[in-house]
Amino acid sequence: MRKELSILIIIIFGLFMGLIALDLTFGEPDNTAMDDYFIMNGQEQAATNNIVTTIVFDYRGFDTLGESTVLFTAVVGVALMYRKMVRGDADENE
Amino acid sequence: MRMSKIVRFGADVLFGAIVIFGLYVIMHGHLTPGGGFQGGAVVATGAALVIVAYSYEEVIGMIKKTILMAQESAGLVMFAGVALIAIGLGTTFFFNFLANSGSLFGMTVPFGPNPGELNTGGVLPLMNIAVGIEVWGGLAIVILYMLSGIGKTKEA
Repeated sequence: MRKELSILIIIIFGLFMGLIALDLTFGEPDNTAMDDYFIMNGQEQAATNNIVTTIVFDYRGFDTLGESTVLFTAVVGVALMYRKMVRGDADENE
Repeated sequence: MRMSKIVRFGADVLFGAIVIFGLYVIMHGHLTPGGGFQGGAVVATGAALVIVAYSYEEVIGMIKKTILMAQESAGLVMFAGVALIAIGLGTTFFFNFLANSGSLFGMTVPFGPNPGELNTGGVLPLMNIAVGIEVWGGLAIVILYMLSGIGKTKEA
């Protein structure tokens, strides 16, 4: 019973996502104002050829700052977790 | 657990090439695909290669965890610091104050496709370097911590 229910849910959800995917148009979005602005002004304003880097580090710098903070927090978490496991020889490892 | 001499020699040869390629990806982040995150990950794979080839006890003598932790923190502080300098100059947070200024990384870029010049991009190369240093230290220390038990679980 549970197995049939799971298969039914998978089929319904698959049809749902498939119908949505059929309606999407790729490559020709309706609103291109943002893209056009980056492409036309990115090279001049940030003096960079790489528009992706311009967006990541200049226009959306806050996002990258958050990303770096997330990475830092993850590393601190791993360090804390494993520090306890190697407590016996923590002194010589430091 | 130490790998064979062939593996260790291969790791020795490849380590320099991997580090230099990673630094190249970081340094050219504003010109080519890639950047700080990707280049830092490439450099960290060099550390992973050395840790796998040599035993943990040997590697821990070469690479200090405190130095990697300080390196990671320094990268994040440098990233936020470069963004904060813009406030000190009277502009907004994350303003690209070095772009088109003619000083460090300050050359102008013509519109449209062009070969590219390393001395462009304003603060973007500095931020790429900061993020690269941070990711390099962070991933290397994660690998180092996660492999810290590799020699102890192996029963000879």
